[in-house]
Amino acid sequence: MMNQAIHTIPLDWYTLLSSILFCIGVMGVLFRRNAIIIFMSIELMLNAVNLLLVAFSAYHNDAAGQVFVFFTMAVAAAEIAVGLAILVVVYRNTKSTDIDVLNRLKG
Amino acid sequence: MNTLIILSVLGVITLFAEIFRFRKGLFPLILIGLAAAFTFTVMDYNNPQVYFGMMNFDNYAVVFSSAILVIAFLWFMMAQNYFLQETSVTDHFALILFSLVGAVVMVSFNNLTMLFLGIEILSVSVYVLAASDKSNVLSNESGFKYFLMGSFATGFLLFGITLIYGVTGSFDLTTIHQHISTGNQTGMALAGVLLLLVGLSFKSSLAPFHFWAPDVYEGAPTTITTYMATVVKMAAFAAFFRLFSTCFAEIAGHWTQVLWWMVIITLFIGNVSAVRQKSLKRMLAYSSVAHAGYIAIAIVSMSATSASAIFYYTLTYSISSITAFTILFIVSRHKNSKDISAFEGISKANPLVSFAMTVAMLSLAGIPPTAGFFAKYFIFFTAIHSGYTLLVLIAIVAALIGIYYYFRVIIAMYFKPEQQLVPIKVGILHRIVLIITTILTILLGIFPDLIMGWL
Repeated sequence: MMNQAIHTIPLDWYTLLSSILFCIGVMGVLFRRNAIIIFMSIELMLNAVNLLLVAFSAYHNDAAGQVFVFFTMAVAAAEIAVGLAILVVVYRNTKSTDIDVLNRLKG
Repeated sequence: MNTLIILSVLGVITLFAEIFRFRKGLFPLILIGLAAAFTFTVMDYNNPQVYFGMMNFDNYAVVFSSAILVIAFLWFMMAQNYFLQETSVTDHFALILFSLVGAVVMVSFNNLTMLFLGIEILSVSVYVLAASDKSNVLSNESGFKYFLMGSFATGFLLFGITLIYGVTGSFDLTTIHQHISTGNQTGMALAGVLLLLVGLSFKSSLAPFHFWAPDVYEGAPTTITTYMATVVKMAAFAAFFRLFSTCFAEIAGHWTQVLWWMVIITLFIGNVSAVRQKSLKRMLAYSSVAHAGYIAIAIVSMSATSASAIFYYTLTYSISSITAFTILFIVSRHKNSKDISAFEGISKANPLVSFAMTVAMLSLAGIPPTAGFFAKYFIFFTAIHSGYTLLVLIAIVAALIGIYYYFRVIIAMYFKPEQQLVPIKVGILHRIVLIITTILTILLGIFPDLIMGWL
């Protein structure tokens, strides 16, 4: 049932949608200056990948892709937990979440 | 597999050590555990085992895992002194042990899922460690940049894995190889390969994706920088070569072209920027970028001897780096400066330290009879055999630039007037590490066959 619902939309459309979402995420990471927004953009990149994995998985009739999504979600959660912890430490020392304050290392 | 079990159990025990007030005996226990893991790894040599199609402990995995364990052993002896002053020594040790699990997974994966998990297990621990000097803004900045760039790269890696899955319908390396080599080379497959290339180049700091490396290496605590420059780099290149040689060797024509240019940019950016540095730590960071360029030459060549050339290069580079970073750690703590000028004239009062540093610098520069010479020789030999003569010529020019900045350190130590004649105190563990690494550097330089035949 579920598979048929997914199949009503051609695979190319899923690929296109995921690529667009992924590119939006990349642009967000590259052009936004607020660390929290950058975290959200990274999440968007990872979730674009998840969407594509599920679509491929349904079209291949292969569960491996969906299992991979679980791994991606678990790892993304761990990554964001660590990232937010580091951000808290940065905030304590600089009183800002703007990544432009992090410019002491250069040369 | 025994390696993974021992390392994981050791990591969990280390976490519990804090509760049970077992801090004193922890360090010897970790060293014994690493030695046991090494023994079990070596016993699997010539006894390839596949676990559920996920992990493949062939000779490549065995050789790289044992090298990683040796480097980790030396690293623990070097870092013990630093971590004893921290309040949370067990956390640091546990994080390192868990990241070693990730490194072993990265050299033995047989499925893209395990590649992804290995990279993440390794990286997430190292993000925390890079930022572990909590009150130091430089360390915070380093950890934050490493985290941002690392997870950004993970995004590309995942997108690449997904596209490959979309084309082949499997994460298994052998299945992917069959699909790709039997002509299933659509645009989507090639896009996937390129995205994987981008993701792995980020992790192994190849230009133009190297820009995070100097900042992260400089800001992180020196011991953690050592870990990143040795174990992390070795695991990243082992995974890089394992993936591309198993799956994408047949379509090498499509991606070696890209990697060829990346190697040249890496060699020049790494070497030329290193010349301009005043800080030794940042110079070593750029030199690490440059060394990534040399190692990637073996991946571009993609021949039968590439694996052993990469193994020899990463191992000897890691050994020399441990020497250099240990001495940087000792000297910078004594003089409170990480600049090359801190080394001026220290040779009179510290003959052992200066000699070890000289050997390390000669090895990094690639001058015989140190191991670094044969490392570069094997890489260039492999490349010339595959017909990349121009690339080798360019790499030799880059290596000549490298000699300049490595010799600046030697000249500072021996030919500049000393500022003070007080000998620098070197702890017993540091002394042992320096002696072992210096002997290994010279020994492997004279008898490279000792380890070249293993792969």
